[in-house]
Amino acid sequence: MTISPVIKQEHLYKLVEQGKRADGRQFNQYRPITIEPGIISKAEGSARVRIGNTQVIAGIKMSIGDPYPDTPDSGVITTAAELIPLASPDFEAGPPDQQTIELARVVDRGIRESEVIDLGKLCIIPGEKIWIIFIDIHIIDYDGNLFDAASLAALAALFNAKVPITQLMPMLEKIKEQYPDAAGYLQEHPEDYPLPLRDPPISCTFVKFNNAIVVDPSIDEQDIAEARITVATDPKGDIRAMQKGLKGSFTADEIKKIIKDSVINGSDIRKILKESVGT
Amino acid sequence: MKSDKKLIDENGKRLDGRGPDQLRNIKIEAGVLHRADGSCYLEWGGNKVIAAVYGPREAIPKHTQNPLKAIVKARYNMAAFSVDDRKRPGPDRRSQEISKVTSEALEKIVLTDQFPRAAIDVNIEVLDAEAGTRCAGLTAAGVALADAGIPMRDIPVACAAGKIGAENNDGMFSGGFVVLDLGKEEDNFGNADLPIAIAPRTNDIILLQMDGHLTFDEFEHALDLAMKGCQEISKLQKEALLRRYKSDVEVEE
Repeated sequence: MTISPVIKQEHLYKLVEQGKRADGRQFNQYRPITIEPGIISKAEGSARVRIGNTQVIAGIKMSIGDPYPDTPDSGVITTAAELIPLASPDFEAGPPDQQTIELARVVDRGIRESEVIDLGKLCIIPGEKIWIIFIDIHIIDYDGNLFDAASLAALAALFNAKVPITQLMPMLEKIKEQYPDAAGYLQEHPEDYPLPLRDPPISCTFVKFNNAIVVDPSIDEQDIAEARITVATDPKGDIRAMQKGLKGSFTADEIKKIIKDSVINGSDIRKILKESVGT
Repeated sequence: MKSDKKLIDENGKRLDGRGPDQLRNIKIEAGVLHRADGSCYLEWGGNKVIAAVYGPREAIPKHTQNPLKAIVKARYNMAAFSVDDRKRPGPDRRSQEISKVTSEALEKIVLTDQFPRAAIDVNIEVLDAEAGTRCAGLTAAGVALADAGIPMRDIPVACAAGKIGAENNDGMFSGGFVVLDLGKEEDNFGNADLPIAIAPRTNDIILLQMDGHLTFDEFEHALDLAMKGCQEISKLQKEALLRRYKSDVEVEE
């Protein structure tokens, strides 16, 4: 550890002992969140999310492909994140590192396992042709809490997305020649339509240092964190995904308190999401 | 490269309604990122790019260091969602080439001998692509370098000119119009593209590429158009920087 993080650490340790954070927030308070959907014209769906100074852009692209043999009637999701060197002096160009892959997988699980997307409705010809959804997440400006910003950007972009029937019509016509069954799908979906989505779970990330637990860590808080946990809760307040990280530990009571705080913060964030994407 | 589309009519009006010497709309904002030392967001027609500058800082890996001056490392990268068919993330041969010629163009402008052994990293991220992203990227990089306070001889600026609407009979071209700043269809179905970057105070050319087919006279005309385009965009760059720092200057006074 270099000299300046030690000084920062002592400062932040002292503050939390007095119940304070460096930017004046409460322990369970997020930085301001803004969501701008539809900012990329080439993408089928897109959104820019800002949590404080952290800025993330997610884009959705869709194409027609072959299903996996074990799920012949379901669409496919692929999630990738890029921690591009634009966002931080510490990010390097090159193939995705462990941090990037963990981020993409946590976002992917939050969307896949919670069944936000009704993948069964993304089938064109059972066993033959399905929709593939590519979720690409670009970190533009890094000031901590990528998990929540990336998840929220991916969700907002999905809600903004339209299945590109018009654009891919030549391909769909060809499929119809090969598989006459596709006529039924095309009759039901003659033009672009929104993705079949359910009410989403919202992720909230907490970190622990010096026996204090704070939500939505800034970059300095994240750098000195002993333990981190992300909890995704649905509109009913049920838990849909969790991921604990770093070398420190939590007690069971701490986790329970964190889950309760996640539900409260999650419902506020869900409101912001719904207002911004208009559902 | 045959097209049935008429890219330009007899009166010199183009598909998107522009005249031959008219630029697409350009919007520039300096200082958009919190973490970078300097940054710029630029919209140019349907293009959206962000440039961020880090440095001068120690060049890593060490063998890339130059004991006499700084190196300028530009990295041009396209987002997977920036094009019609999703692009596989990461550098491909095209973006590597653009990164190289952009680095070389910027290296000429930056006063590199002030920072021996250092690197100045310029990251150009294409978020939405619609013809002319390398010019948009380099123009944004110029503003980001200035925003980062990197000492430079000038603020570099780029723009393209090209030729559209020529008759192609088995590779023999006839007719056609030389126009400024090719749009999407013009880029796909046009006859020639000539992107350049200049130092606008001296008109020194720091980047030049060309593909297609131009006569010498057409080249002269296209170069002249592109230079004028650069001068126009140069004004927009300076206005963006002024907007960013005007309030600071007033406070200091």
